[in-house]
Amino acid sequence: MSPAHRGIVRDALGIGIASGAYALSFGAISTTAGLTLLQTVALSLLMFTGASQFAMVGLIGAGGSVWAGAATAALLGTRNALYGMRLSSLLGNRGLKRALAADFVLDETTAMAIARDSAPESRFAFWATGISVFTLWNLGTLIGALATHALPDPKVLGFDAAPPAAFLALLAPRLRAREPIAIALGAGLIALVCLPFVPAGIPLLIVAALVVLLGFRSLPAPRGGRPAREAGPPGGESH
Amino acid sequence: MLWAGILTASAACYMLKLAGVSLPERWLRDARIQRTIPLLPVALLAALIATLTFSTGHRLVLDVRAAALAVAALAVLLRAPFLVVVSAAAATAALLRLL
Repeated sequence: MSPAHRGIVRDALGIGIASGAYALSFGAISTTAGLTLLQTVALSLLMFTGASQFAMVGLIGAGGSVWAGAATAALLGTRNALYGMRLSSLLGNRGLKRALAADFVLDETTAMAIARDSAPESRFAFWATGISVFTLWNLGTLIGALATHALPDPKVLGFDAAPPAAFLALLAPRLRAREPIAIALGAGLIALVCLPFVPAGIPLLIVAALVVLLGFRSLPAPRGGRPAREAGPPGGESH
Repeated sequence: MLWAGILTASAACYMLKLAGVSLPERWLRDARIQRTIPLLPVALLAALIATLTFSTGHRLVLDVRAAALAVAALAVLLRAPFLVVVSAAAATAALLRLL
């Protein structure tokens, strides 16, 4: 293995271990929210995108409807479509290999792949990170869920109060400019104002609809001649 | 019901990933889509934080979850790893409930 590849493997393992630790807390939060061991493990295996999984179990734990959770999970998954677009020419796979590669399209794999100089190294980084994160994410989920299941009352650890902390850790890297900060504050406020008057989970869909309206209104001329940025993962420390 | 939601949402999340690597690039290159999609997680994560911290059912409430969130915010500012942020928030809620 070349030194470049060894470096990539080392980074991929580091990212995998970090997401494994993150998955421990997912397993604990999901179990405390009332999902069975099998449901928790199935979410990590099948959905395999962190923010969406946390949203689903966070809303179920708060007594919201499963379908509101599912809709929010899907809306949070839209960013993976943009990542996939950036990676498609690079991966250039056909058929089964592309279907498998698609499952690995995450914040982490995108950040690792686009940081490389050559296409072969990018491909290697994508697959190494994908395999590492998939393995350790699912292992972490299983351990977190099993450990929490062993408790007579999982709520004693306070993980039912932890989903907002998880969301804050995912949100923070995205708040590096004035516009996202304003949108985050506005979204939180609007959701709270709507909450007493609409069914559970609907405040989130109202906020999503407003953001789409905001994003699709006519684009202002770019100020200061800055080129439009392409969507990329914020720091690659979340998925 | 729970299983149906899990399977549906999982399928939707996978289809979004597959759409990204499969659809003609110009569809997603649209400036409005490029602008809107990155804003969705910002707004949704913020709305999730607000509603899951400050409400129970349809009532707005202030309880130990607000303290847990404040501790999480401090941990984020100190650049603590994800597991530390979440565990610190959980421990804060657990300890305050013992009081």
